[in-house]
Amino acid sequence: MQKNLQWKLLSIVAITAIAAWAVYPPEDRIRLGLDLEGGVHMVLRVQTDDALQVETEMAAEQLSEQLSLQGVTTVTLIPVDATTIRAEGVGTDQDAEFRRLADERLAATYDREPGAGGVYTFRMRGPIAASLREEAVRQALETIERRVNELGVSEPIVAPHGIGGSQILVQLPGVTDVARAKELIRSTSLLEFKLVEDGPSPSRELLLQARNGVVPPDMEVVTGSPNALGGSTEPLYYLVRRVAAVSGRDLRNARPSLDEFNQPAVSFTLNREGARKMGDLTGQNLGRPLAIVLDEQIRSAPTIQGRISDSGQITGVSQQEAEDLQITLRSGALPASLTYLEERTVGPTLGADSIRAGVTASIAGLITVAFFMLAYYKLAGINAVVAVVLNLLILMACMSYVDAVLTLPGIAGLILTIGIGVDSNVLIFERIKEELRSARSIKTAVGAGFDRVLLTIIDTHVASLIAAAFLFQFGSGPIKGFATTLFFGLVANVFTAVFVSRSLFEMILSRRRVATLSI
Amino acid sequence: MALFKTPNIDFIGLRWPALALSVLVIAVGLAMTVVRGTLPLGIDFSGGSLIILKFEQSVGEGAVRDALSNIPEKVVQQYGDIADNEVLVRLPISGPEEGLSLEAGANEVILALEGGSLGDFEVVGQELVGPVIGQELQQRGINAFVFAMAGILVYIGLRFRFSFAVGAVVAVAHDIAITLSLLTFMGYELSLNVVAAMLTITGYSVNDSIVVFDRVRENLRVMRRDAFADLVNVSVNQTLARTIITSGTTGVAVLALFIFGGEVLEGFAFTMLVGVLSGTYSTIFIAAMIAILITERKAERVRQANVPLASKNEPTPQRLKRRSRKARAS
Repeated sequence: MQKNLQWKLLSIVAITAIAAWAVYPPEDRIRLGLDLEGGVHMVLRVQTDDALQVETEMAAEQLSEQLSLQGVTTVTLIPVDATTIRAEGVGTDQDAEFRRLADERLAATYDREPGAGGVYTFRMRGPIAASLREEAVRQALETIERRVNELGVSEPIVAPHGIGGSQILVQLPGVTDVARAKELIRSTSLLEFKLVEDGPSPSRELLLQARNGVVPPDMEVVTGSPNALGGSTEPLYYLVRRVAAVSGRDLRNARPSLDEFNQPAVSFTLNREGARKMGDLTGQNLGRPLAIVLDEQIRSAPTIQGRISDSGQITGVSQQEAEDLQITLRSGALPASLTYLEERTVGPTLGADSIRAGVTASIAGLITVAFFMLAYYKLAGINAVVAVVLNLLILMACMSYVDAVLTLPGIAGLILTIGIGVDSNVLIFERIKEELRSARSIKTAVGAGFDRVLLTIIDTHVASLIAAAFLFQFGSGPIKGFATTLFFGLVANVFTAVFVSRSLFEMILSRRRVATLSI
Repeated sequence: MALFKTPNIDFIGLRWPALALSVLVIAVGLAMTVVRGTLPLGIDFSGGSLIILKFEQSVGEGAVRDALSNIPEKVVQQYGDIADNEVLVRLPISGPEEGLSLEAGANEVILALEGGSLGDFEVVGQELVGPVIGQELQQRGINAFVFAMAGILVYIGLRFRFSFAVGAVVAVAHDIAITLSLLTFMGYELSLNVVAAMLTITGYSVNDSIVVFDRVRENLRVMRRDAFADLVNVSVNQTLARTIITSGTTGVAVLALFIFGGEVLEGFAFTMLVGVLSGTYSTIFIAAMIAILITERKAERVRQANVPLASKNEPTPQRLKRRSRKARAS
């Protein structure tokens, strides 16, 4: 055997082995799509107008407070819609003062339109509205993600979706209680401010040592989430008051800011009720740590440095922490309400039925095709069957390697790959037959057959790859799964039909002097 | 074993009957679409609700329909095997509003059946699609098709000739039209899966056309003297064995999908089956014929342009006119 050929065969065996290793065991290595595994697929829309509404109402409220403090009392501020505030009743004598105060508060975010008869209209600037909307979607995404993680679903997907930027895709494999999942995603999560009595401690025992291991009735032990509390991977234990002094329901908003030393901080605002409660709490507990508890986990426990009323700052945090903290603070209150645009549920039985049907169809297709190829092309048919089976194996290995999902249309893609694989082999074999007729040696006929057909195969495959690429780009969900299998199938096929099949021919021809080719 | 030793079928002579057949099928589909007023869009594109219920005991479509008599515009169908006791209920989109009302229709169905006397049941699958999503999916499907076609047009135009590219793309349009017609005729709905199948046909049909064009390109080098039409006919004949074997085997694989693929894949498999047949047919009778038509027109124009230059006497405009009329008549 030629050395060249040896290398070829060796590399084929190696690739087969790697592919087999990548796929085995299939039930672990091949990820199934929702349509096969069962689960829920949902598309939600974040009603971003809500977020703008909150901003506009708050601005109107603050300006109106400022106005009454400065003695401009005749003006009424009306938040007309999510982005517009109308001021009515501005007297001519107070006009200049009103404009000064209004610009001081609103000029950064709103454009003032010239008013007539004591009426002014303030409209939120386009770019600011857009960035608030973006922020709202990002927040909703993070909130949903955290909530979905609470569901204990393996490999959930929470991702931005579609055009327009306000849609979120949620996929929960294996979830069948859709109503509960939907409620959990849509409801608000729990944020609490609790006074810290003791801690942090590395363990529960150490924490309770001073109290003889007993938790006082009005207190409870809460762990701090390790990631949120600065680097340590071990959870920290705190003893906190059982009753939350202030909760997430009292929170209006939070955003990253800078403290008086220009260090990163998180600014938050509370509503009126929350402000009163927070003022009492912090005023009486200066210098003590206050735990910010989210879903029964302490996110941070900053020391109360001053009396906080309607707004406050959490200082002593890193830039990253500030970013994280404001997100968790706000995740208590979804920035905007959510509506469901699409929902698809596949029960596990239906998914299992589909798997069975798909696998049966694939095997039936493969067997019929193999049978035909062997009958029609005799020994050369073995080549084709080996090439097609190897093609499928490499395809599955690629899917497993890039962690692609096998969907029902994906199985259809497998079947199409069988078709394409056979096509390439038929092209080659028919060409070899033609070359044999012009009565040259078998070896040159085989060589010429492969050489001539290579170009055809490349052209057909590139054209199909173009189609697959656009399918992937514009397709959604199941169609993407189809495009993925088709893509890998095409790539694998160039290798198996051209390289593997040819090497097998060469192997047969090099062994002995063949007088006739069984084709 | 060989199916055809050296076939020599005059495909070009068959082009008019073939064209008539295509036009007939497409016309029937078009007529049905016009009568209906719309393509048979499934809920993926039109929006709406689809609920698959599995009952404990066997129930008929009629019984379910009776239990849901208060709900207007519903479609109730047996789903899958009769022994599975599965029933599919489809509702149109409930109204212009979106969001919370998405599940309203489905809940109404479930409530009505729970109150009925059909025994226990389980919701095994449910699809609720709002109007926004439906429109987006429609747009995406169209985009995928248009861009894929443009990409293929450019590729074939670069690798072969422009006339081939036009031929291949018209052939694909033909296949899509035929498939849509037969889908309408057989009462299948256009779902995401069916659209995926149509896009596959696109790839398959182009694949087929390229194989023939590739042979034409090769023959052009050795048979320069022959008329282009004859050359194409020879090329189609030379690749005929491959064409039939490939369509046959792919057809068999897809047939397996149609038979064993279950209810979910039935529309998909049907589309593929039609597409494979149509794709093969259109390669010969549409793609090749259009390539011939364009090439001959072009050759004609070149000849007309060259004749006056070649003649020694400057021809008068009248003579030119007469000549071109003659050329057109021949």
